[in-house]
Amino acid sequence: MAVETKSLPASAPTQVSWSELIAFVLMVSFLIVAPLFIYPVFLMKVLCFALFACAFNLLIGYVGLLSFGHALFFGWSSYVAAHLAKVGKISIPYWSGHWIVIPLPPLPPELAILGGTAVAALFGLIAGSLAIRRQGIYFAMVTLALAQMMFFFALQAPFTGGEDGIQGVPRGVLFGVFDLSNIMTMYFTVFVIFVVCFLLIYRIIYSPFGEVLKAIRENEPRAISLGYKTERYKLAAFVLSATLTGVAGSTKAIVFQLASLTDVDWPMSGEVVLMTLLGGLGTVFGPALGASIIITMQNYLASAGDITLHIFGFTLAMQPGQWVPVIQGAIFVICVLLFRRGIVGEIANFFRIRL
Amino acid sequence: MIFDLLGVPPQALFGQLLLGLINGSFYALLSLGLAVIFGMLNIINFAHGAQYMLGAFCAYFLLQFAGINYWLALIIAPIVVGAFGIVLERLFLKHLYKLDHLYGLLLTFGIALILEGIFRRYFGSSGIPYSPPQLLTGGYNLGFMYLPKYRAWVVICSLTVCLLTWFMIEKTRLGAYLRAATENPTLVRAFGINVPRMITLTYGFGVGLAALAGVMAAPIYNVSPQMGASLIIVVFAVVVIGGMGSIMGAIVTGFSLGIIEGLTKVFFPQASNTVIFVIMVIVLLTRPAGLFGRTT
Repeated sequence: MAVETKSLPASAPTQVSWSELIAFVLMVSFLIVAPLFIYPVFLMKVLCFALFACAFNLLIGYVGLLSFGHALFFGWSSYVAAHLAKVGKISIPYWSGHWIVIPLPPLPPELAILGGTAVAALFGLIAGSLAIRRQGIYFAMVTLALAQMMFFFALQAPFTGGEDGIQGVPRGVLFGVFDLSNIMTMYFTVFVIFVVCFLLIYRIIYSPFGEVLKAIRENEPRAISLGYKTERYKLAAFVLSATLTGVAGSTKAIVFQLASLTDVDWPMSGEVVLMTLLGGLGTVFGPALGASIIITMQNYLASAGDITLHIFGFTLAMQPGQWVPVIQGAIFVICVLLFRRGIVGEIANFFRIRL
Repeated sequence: MIFDLLGVPPQALFGQLLLGLINGSFYALLSLGLAVIFGMLNIINFAHGAQYMLGAFCAYFLLQFAGINYWLALIIAPIVVGAFGIVLERLFLKHLYKLDHLYGLLLTFGIALILEGIFRRYFGSSGIPYSPPQLLTGGYNLGFMYLPKYRAWVVICSLTVCLLTWFMIEKTRLGAYLRAATENPTLVRAFGINVPRMITLTYGFGVGLAALAGVMAAPIYNVSPQMGASLIIVVFAVVVIGGMGSIMGAIVTGFSLGIIEGLTKVFFPQASNTVIFVIMVIVLLTRPAGLFGRTT
């Protein structure tokens, strides 16, 4: 797969580069002071989507596999986490009219997130082992179709609440100590989750395992000829990506106390592709930056009031919120035509640094 | 009667079968267009659903603002939308042929978002009704079922278009050039054939097929901005099941999956939305290359 990514300057891959270290320190210090002057709920939304995009990037940026169905893991993990935190009781139908019932009480947030993540990992294993049977463009179509199938299941399954979603999910008390109804406690919980997962992804990318993934991206037949069982590597990367997406989805459900069909529908799969593409496929910081830009744009346009323009006698009433899909589509077109490396990728390429 | 044994009245069974056949003809037309485009351009046209929607809207505009009836719209809309496709190809797609497949998918996805976003902005989410032409209103009572004329027309017309396309690609000289250029464009150019122009026209033709399906769909479903978005995902599954290697394969897969979906609506309605995806999973497990696909 010839995905255009940054070209790496010659340096030992296991060595942390100074540019990455500086960017990381800047990012973390910004995130620590940011809640003082930016609305923390908005920041938490950005962090959840940034983690989602980073997890997605693990697949497209480092293995060259374009999944168009990541909403499946994001949405279902958020449903499961929301259900576990609010209701707890699990009922699984195994034959018409017969149910396996596990009578759980409503779970604390850490277990709810763990549960959502586990389900995302399981779905990742199933969807991944199906999707890697086809290459290239078919892979994208298979993942999209599987996600759409699971969207219809989410629409019909009784526990998801259909069009209403699961509302009023309690945030609960983390580890029995941290009360998450306090906004700052919630914020720093999400912050820690994000940073830990970000570092984990970084570790994966530069591990020997990650090097094999990149070899598959560049030339799969060659990786096979070198004796690597590429199918296993692809599946492992898929499951890792789905699992980390699950962390993002579950966390989002707890933060916003809501799981809804929006998170599991196909436009969400497209959105995460857009975030990653805009920031830079196969860059460490790109997806997080892309997610911040897209979420900021959405929030800005949704909250902006109606604009009325008078041009040459024509009156043009604009409701900016309605133009979000059009703008997103335009960003796709511009990115693909003009800067395929994405913002961070272009910067890294210009200064010949790793980011 | 055997149908009574199954506990389903024949009216309902044949009604759903017909609806399945109609859906199947749209699957066939769209997956045919996708396959033709993919063969020449190496691009999966994500905007195919949006272009199908454009076809329906074009027919609606022609009727509303120019008083042009269905029959003329059936010819004009595919030409207009096909021409729009040609503009897209010249402006955007032609820059992507040397790149990885996925960029074509992302670009056409962006185009689909733009088109559907604009139409949703101006026409909302609710559909606009479009009545079938005078000649095709009413229907025949066949004894075991009522056959609306328009639906019979859609099935016959799309089957004819599919078979004509197949004939053109597989049996004519132009089709031979097309197939040759799919295999080896450089060699075909060396014989003095203008391959870039062929690529452009092929895209226009594929887009035109989608628009034609859109015009035919307008009287059955309402004309709405989202009519293509969910359809294109099902068509992707159809393409995965059939494989894009064979034109006849796309036609057969499209129609048969439509029928299977119709039958599912009768016997197991909860699964009617998902049955095609389930079949896709089964095909991936048993014949990973697709029913008519070549192993790639």
